Amino acid sequence: MSSLDYFVLIGTIVGIALYGMWRTRGARDLSTYLKGDQTAKWGTIGLSVMATQASAITFLSTPGQGYDSGLGFVQNYFGMPFALILIAAVFLPIYRRLNVYTAYEFLGRRFDGKTRMLGAALFLLQRGLAAGITIYAPAIILSTVLGWRLDLTIVLSGLVVIAYTVSGGTKAVSITQKHQMAVIFGGMVAAFVVLLMRMPSDLGLADTFTVAGALGKMQAVDFSMDPDRRYTVWTGLFGGVFLSLSYFGTDQSQVQRYISGASLRESRLGLMFNAVFKIPMQFFILLLGALVFVFYQFEKPPVFFNAPAWEAHVQGEAGPSLRALEEQFGAVHSEKQSRIRDWLDARRAGNAAAEAAARDAMLAAHERSEALRADTKKALVAADPTLTPKDSDYVFITFVLKYLPHGAIGLLIAVIIAAALSSIASELNALATTTTVDFYKHLRGDAPVDDAHELRLSRWFTAGWGVIAIAFALFANLVENLIEAINMLGSIFYGVVLGIFLVAFFLRRVGGTAVFWGAITAQILVLACFFTLSIGYLWYNLIGCAACVALSLGLQPFVTEK
Amino acid sequence: MAAERARAETDAHTGLPWPRTWRGVYCFVLGCFATSVLLLTALTLLFA
Repeated sequence: MSSLDYFVLIGTIVGIALYGMWRTRGARDLSTYLKGDQTAKWGTIGLSVMATQASAITFLSTPGQGYDSGLGFVQNYFGMPFALILIAAVFLPIYRRLNVYTAYEFLGRRFDGKTRMLGAALFLLQRGLAAGITIYAPAIILSTVLGWRLDLTIVLSGLVVIAYTVSGGTKAVSITQKHQMAVIFGGMVAAFVVLLMRMPSDLGLADTFTVAGALGKMQAVDFSMDPDRRYTVWTGLFGGVFLSLSYFGTDQSQVQRYISGASLRESRLGLMFNAVFKIPMQFFILLLGALVFVFYQFEKPPVFFNAPAWEAHVQGEAGPSLRALEEQFGAVHSEKQSRIRDWLDARRAGNAAAEAAARDAMLAAHERSEALRADTKKALVAADPTLTPKDSDYVFITFVLKYLPHGAIGLLIAVIIAAALSSIASELNALATTTTVDFYKHLRGDAPVDDAHELRLSRWFTAGWGVIAIAFALFANLVENLIEAINMLGSIFYGVVLGIFLVAFFLRRVGGTAVFWGAITAQILVLACFFTLSIGYLWYNLIGCAACVALSLGLQPFVTEK
Repeated sequence: MAAERARAETDAHTGLPWPRTWRGVYCFVLGCFATSVLLLTALTLLFA
């Protein structure tokens, strides 16, 4: 990075932090701090909902997912349009009519205090942990770019987020997210254009897709019924609809975004904006990753994308063996490049026999190159057992740093960090709101209200959740691909929370005690399944939700409601 | 009461030139989804 990149990076980060603080300087009462002033239009709501979900992780991890596994991850979002329609038609009018601060307040009114607190506690548990992963994502960038220690980077960036979040409120989150999304779209398009410009001149777009497809990166849909497959049309539709319904309908970090709309109409249109554009957007980001993969077939990639880890170990005892692996990888990569060109030439010549032979040779070279990458990872883990071998989260940032022009690098990294800060701010804001409204205010009951005291307290809750998120972020490098980790974590808890809400909305004869014990039993069942079965994690949304609804119905005849 | 009724009427319409009803908006969203899945299937069949 040049001094121009650092200037752009620091200027943007500090500018956004100051802008957020300046715009929220008037928030002196609890309602405005937690709920905003309810004037947001559908465009602001739509972009804010999108920005809350699409943080730095979307930019870092999703292209890595496209590079590693291809386009199949897009199926994860197939349930989303159905879920958003249901939320817009059923959930949203009720939230607005009851004028609630949090989704869990509705549970208190429909059932009782203990069910409200159970729903809120499940949200705090999973969102508190997910906030840790959200802090971890920008820390990867800083550690890669600046060569800092990852743990130190997590703590420092986390502290910046806490300072920014404590001073900002819900309104600031929505306003800044609108601008951030515009810059994010701009950054994605810029990266896409640079990628296409840097592809070999004789390689058209169709050839690029053909190479990606031949090497297993273009399977966007999979109709297989195998339950062990992580992403299929069916997991996306059935598991995804439950995940989306739960995330958008019951997760306070999202509910807080759309209940701040000026009217029901604005909130509904904001949700429908996401229902239309989310799948194309995710496809585009995954395609970016698949294209980076093709780009690296014609440009030598690093054998391991986590550059600081590689540099640290190549200087150590394992250095000679790692260097040898790197050399072998370089040789195999050159051979693979020739085989790909042979295959493309055979295709263009229309020679079926030569094409089949060249294809086999290309795939064999690809397998050897992947095997060498696997061997390198094994060697690195042998040298340092604490090292995470999965390097897909480093793929896109490595490309950005090496191939984007100066100035654009700084801006793109600033965009990623700013998006991350805003997303974390949104999460911490929701965590603090739930702690304040569903625990503190709820447990205080009818005691006299001191608004200034409660505003101060909710700021302390925000800071406290920030510290917990930092602590979890320090362990986040133990998990798999970041975007998967967040969805996996959500899938463990979301199904049961959704089950509670579905009972609340649609099963009027079930009371609070039945749903409370039904939910606890269902959550234990989901955890038992998670630790013993190997099914795709999206199914846990369905299992948790179905178990909670069935157990609530089954228990209802045997419990006495007070 | 009058304000409530006015708000309910405002909420019943989308305020868009098309579609004017929420049912129409939901059908449009589902149509976009079906188109996305068809295009992704075509992409898979062509290149995967």
